[in-house]
Amino acid sequence: MASLKALKGRINSVKSTQKITKAMKMVAAAKLRRAQASAEAGRPYAERLQAVMASLASKVSVGPEGPKLLTGTGKDDTHLLIVCTSDRGLAGAFNSNIVRAARKKADALQAQGKTVYFYLVGRKGRAVIARLFPKQIVHQYDTSAIKYVNFGDAQAIAEEVIERYNSGGFDVAHLFYARFQSALVQEPTEQQIIPVQMSPSASSSPTSGADAVVEYEPGEEEILTDLLPRNIAVQIFRAMLENAASEQGSRMTAMDNATRNAGDMINRLSIQYNRTRQAAITTELVEIISGAEAL
Amino acid sequence: MTDLHFELVTPEKLVRSDDVHMVVVPGTDGDFGVLAGHAPFMSTIRNGDLLIHRTAGGPAERIAIEGGFAEVNDKGLTVLAEKASVEG
Repeated sequence: MASLKALKGRINSVKSTQKITKAMKMVAAAKLRRAQASAEAGRPYAERLQAVMASLASKVSVGPEGPKLLTGTGKDDTHLLIVCTSDRGLAGAFNSNIVRAARKKADALQAQGKTVYFYLVGRKGRAVIARLFPKQIVHQYDTSAIKYVNFGDAQAIAEEVIERYNSGGFDVAHLFYARFQSALVQEPTEQQIIPVQMSPSASSSPTSGADAVVEYEPGEEEILTDLLPRNIAVQIFRAMLENAASEQGSRMTAMDNATRNAGDMINRLSIQYNRTRQAAITTELVEIISGAEAL
Repeated sequence: MTDLHFELVTPEKLVRSDDVHMVVVPGTDGDFGVLAGHAPFMSTIRNGDLLIHRTAGGPAERIAIEGGFAEVNDKGLTVLAEKASVEG
């Protein structure tokens, strides 16, 4: 049985761990509120852009000469997986869930004989992916200096991705991130961003009343070419916002659990400590009494 | 005359949602003013100032915007800009 001193030491160590996890939980809760607010603030833009894209796409006849971002390269050989993770750990299964989803997709694609490359956003996915798919990481976008996600970063990522696309680096791009549902539930999500996928219902059904002749300036195709890269930036931005909220939510839950576990452990150790202490006292008494009797 | 429903949205937030008299938008091919009942219209915008006239002949509010596009439909005017900074 452990000595009293050793037990005391363990109790103290667990107590200080509990203080840390508790503080992290509070910080995550505060950050979550902020991240959630900005994720919600970004929604109107994304929704409107989607609506405009849909109405444009239904009007512009997409020929083989149409913008490549919409029609694709005509091939399906090389896939780029853009994996958004966080820069910090201690967020429960948050990062590993995203990486697992990406990994599954990559394995499936490779089984079909396709080439897969990774573009990483954030630091935490690197270790696993570098081990499983060495030499397939084309770039890692460093987000460690970013405190709050802003559109400029999403734009920079989008530009780089489109650059690679135009120079023939890949044919199809998928985006991986965790969609925020609640502090308890974050769903790893996969989304194809290049070529752009139009929901068939949105592009085929005429929008009510707005089907009147719309004037375009400079022209439909110019607007569409201008819009497509922007749309990709917005999708990435949205993924980053959702990810930020999910990360904090996941960390909050994980730290809450850790705090509770530490509490349980302290209780258990305290009971053990008290028992040991009483046992020591009893032994001492027995020794004294038997000593006195022997005289 | 009814007012024009006007919305200015950036990826980060909904900057403005208001009923105003007229908005002058810096389009790629030149500035254009939008009043209520404008025909459906869509244009990309260049970096410049958005002028919001709250009332007819009243002073204009100026918002600097960067990159994006404007859409006019039967519901009003929606400006999707990448950046918008309200002055003063």
